Amino acid sequence: MLSRVADSLYWMSRYIERAENNARIVEVNLQMLLDLTNQQEADPNQQWDPVISSLEENELFSSLYPKPDGRAVIDFVSLQKKNPNSIVSCLTCARENARTTSELISSEMWEQINRLYLFVKSDTAKKLVRTSPYEFFKRVITGSHLCQGTTDATMTHAEGWDFIRIGKLLERADCTSRILDIKYHILLPSGEEVGGNIDTIQWMSVLRSCSALEAYRKIYFGQVAPWKVAEFIITHSAFPRSIRFAVDCFESALHHISGSNETKYANEAERLAGRLRSDLDYATIGDIFKFGLHEYLEQIQDRLAEINHAIHDAYCANNAAEAFS
Amino acid sequence: MGDFFSEYQAGDFYDEMFAAPGEARPHYSKLLARFKEMDREEFERKRALAASTFLSQGVTFTVYNDEQGTERIFPFDLLPRIIPAAEWEKIERGLVQRITALNLFLHDIYHQQNILRDGVIPKQIVWEAAHFRPEFMHFDVPRNVYIHICGTDLVRDRDGNYLVLEDNARCPSGVSYVIENRQTMKRTFPNLLGQYRVRPVEDYSQELLNVLRYIAPHGQREPTIVLLTPGVYNSAYFEHSFLARSMGIEIVEGRDLVAQGGKVFMRTTKGLAQVDVIYRRINDDFLDPQVFRKDSGLGVPGLVEAYRDGNVSLANSIGTGIADDKAVYHFVPKMIRYYLNEDALLPNVPTYLASVKEELTYILEHILELVVKAVNESGGYGMLVGPQATKAECEKFKEKIRKSPRNYIAQPVVPLSRAPSFCDDNMEGRHIDLRPFILYGEKVTIVPGGLTRVALRKGSLVVNSSQGGGSKDTWVLENGVA
Repeated sequence: MLSRVADSLYWMSRYIERAENNARIVEVNLQMLLDLTNQQEADPNQQWDPVISSLEENELFSSLYPKPDGRAVIDFVSLQKKNPNSIVSCLTCARENARTTSELISSEMWEQINRLYLFVKSDTAKKLVRTSPYEFFKRVITGSHLCQGTTDATMTHAEGWDFIRIGKLLERADCTSRILDIKYHILLPSGEEVGGNIDTIQWMSVLRSCSALEAYRKIYFGQVAPWKVAEFIITHSAFPRSIRFAVDCFESALHHISGSNETKYANEAERLAGRLRSDLDYATIGDIFKFGLHEYLEQIQDRLAEINHAIHDAYCANNAAEAFS
Repeated sequence: MGDFFSEYQAGDFYDEMFAAPGEARPHYSKLLARFKEMDREEFERKRALAASTFLSQGVTFTVYNDEQGTERIFPFDLLPRIIPAAEWEKIERGLVQRITALNLFLHDIYHQQNILRDGVIPKQIVWEAAHFRPEFMHFDVPRNVYIHICGTDLVRDRDGNYLVLEDNARCPSGVSYVIENRQTMKRTFPNLLGQYRVRPVEDYSQELLNVLRYIAPHGQREPTIVLLTPGVYNSAYFEHSFLARSMGIEIVEGRDLVAQGGKVFMRTTKGLAQVDVIYRRINDDFLDPQVFRKDSGLGVPGLVEAYRDGNVSLANSIGTGIADDKAVYHFVPKMIRYYLNEDALLPNVPTYLASVKEELTYILEHILELVVKAVNESGGYGMLVGPQATKAECEKFKEKIRKSPRNYIAQPVVPLSRAPSFCDDNMEGRHIDLRPFILYGEKVTIVPGGLTRVALRKGSLVVNSSQGGGSKDTWVLENGVA
């Protein structure tokens, strides 16, 4: 497969996943605000700061909006074209990448991605964002799921499909770590205790952003406890939005591409991915909290970025010279 | 009922559908009956369905001058154009004859040049042609085929005779619309299509693939074939990716290819892979900055050398532009006589060459009645429709013609036939043409019909999409169907 095409498939998939995760973060924050305002008189604006922090776009945001209220954040994350990571920007990039690979992906996939793009660009979407943002985000998430399902059901599960899978899972691992990290940025209102009522609601929101609340409840009975939530989201081996699950899957996809045995590595990307996977396999939540949850998550993000570069070097960089010799 | 045709005016043109007011030609009677029983609401539903099909499939072209890079769908008219079997058979024979002569001409021009020596075509016409490539004199192209894909534009005059308006022998586009239009008609008028037995068009991609395999270097049986596109921002990108997808071949940009040691490779995730055949949708000028335009960022340095070495084949061959030069066009009937000893089955539109002195005078004096065209332009650019032009425009063109007569030809305005099209909430006659796509490999194959383009602007004779044109599905009927 062409290197350029592999790169495009990878990014197409990353951008769709990113759009979905942005929708998740904001949607859950909306819900959490409702819960909290019912409970007590917290300053609702304050609750949006962590969302902006998690997107790492504080400066851009404050240059575009005078104050960080819900309306501004929703606009920034959903339809703001100047925000390179807004849902509309992500889906525009995803579609551009799909367009350059449209002879490789199935026409059903192309139509699905195109339809999702046309939706977020439509007047209907603009209206929904204003009047019923919850519904807008729901449609983005469902649209992303349709893209994934269509991909799995209509595209040959060969090299191109593996690049799509790697892009999606790498992005998901990164986003999940950011969602979990939001809790780090959320300040508990003064007088509230760790493990108290508000704290629990916030941790439940984190689970909900990852569609993990129900799965969590099936495994851990009783109270929603911070370390259990973190353990579930970071290290669970079979939950599809956990970090470990994502890393595990993209590592095996990497081996699928190179054809190398999973006990060895054929390139730097495989080595780095294998090491991260094995760290996650053997990590305990005790270790993670001792290291510092926030620091641990940041370190995972850095390692994912390294893997991203290594994949690019292995498959997509200008490989004329070495390949010809 | 919708009553779509109660106010329809056939006008002073050949009308494709109506022989006389209210009286449909036999092959259109079922269509008329279908529209008589349809109400406006149903028609609107079908129109909406067609539009959303095109949009969601991304069958669009990019409007460049728009900051947002808006994509528009190529307007599609729901009324098909219908061609009876016998009529198509005649067209087909004419096209086969024409492509055969054009290929013989190209071989001759790039070898002995007998046709020039025998004085059938003036030497200067060829020597001064912008797309003549003297670098390729005495070069033997694979299988001796020059034009593998040709789009020849046909129009009908007031009596319904088919005439050739021009040939497109470089990178003709539009065939993806032929196939997409049919898909859309299948969704919107399934029963009507069933009633008429319409010849399918879907096998175009397979036929094209056969041609590309046929020209593979060294008679290779499993050649690696790619489609070379200028990139995603090209207005025909949809078509490039459509064709690559339906042939199951890679679509590459110049930067994906590298030429080394007289061979061409593509950069893949597993290293370099050799390419045998390139269906290029890039003009000669941009193919290889080492040989043609130095500033081309779209091409591949060294590609031409590999082509000369016979390690990679190109479709179309380099240098075919001499065959669709609008001044050379004038001589095609003579070519047919010269090479095949036959009369042209499809006549040309009368053409005046500004490079011939008497004809130049005629053009300058009668510019108001003529269509003037630049010989190397296409897509409706660089032309003047005399009767519809302002005085200033005419003067400007006269100046240009005087300055470089070789670059201009003129033709009388052909009163193009019209077909009913849905415009401004009603059926109105609009001018149409027909571009069949001719494939030349082991044999000549032509997908029945082609792209019917329609000038949707009232009174307009220019059907190009860049000039507000749209398209219709073209139905060629099976033998024995009326």
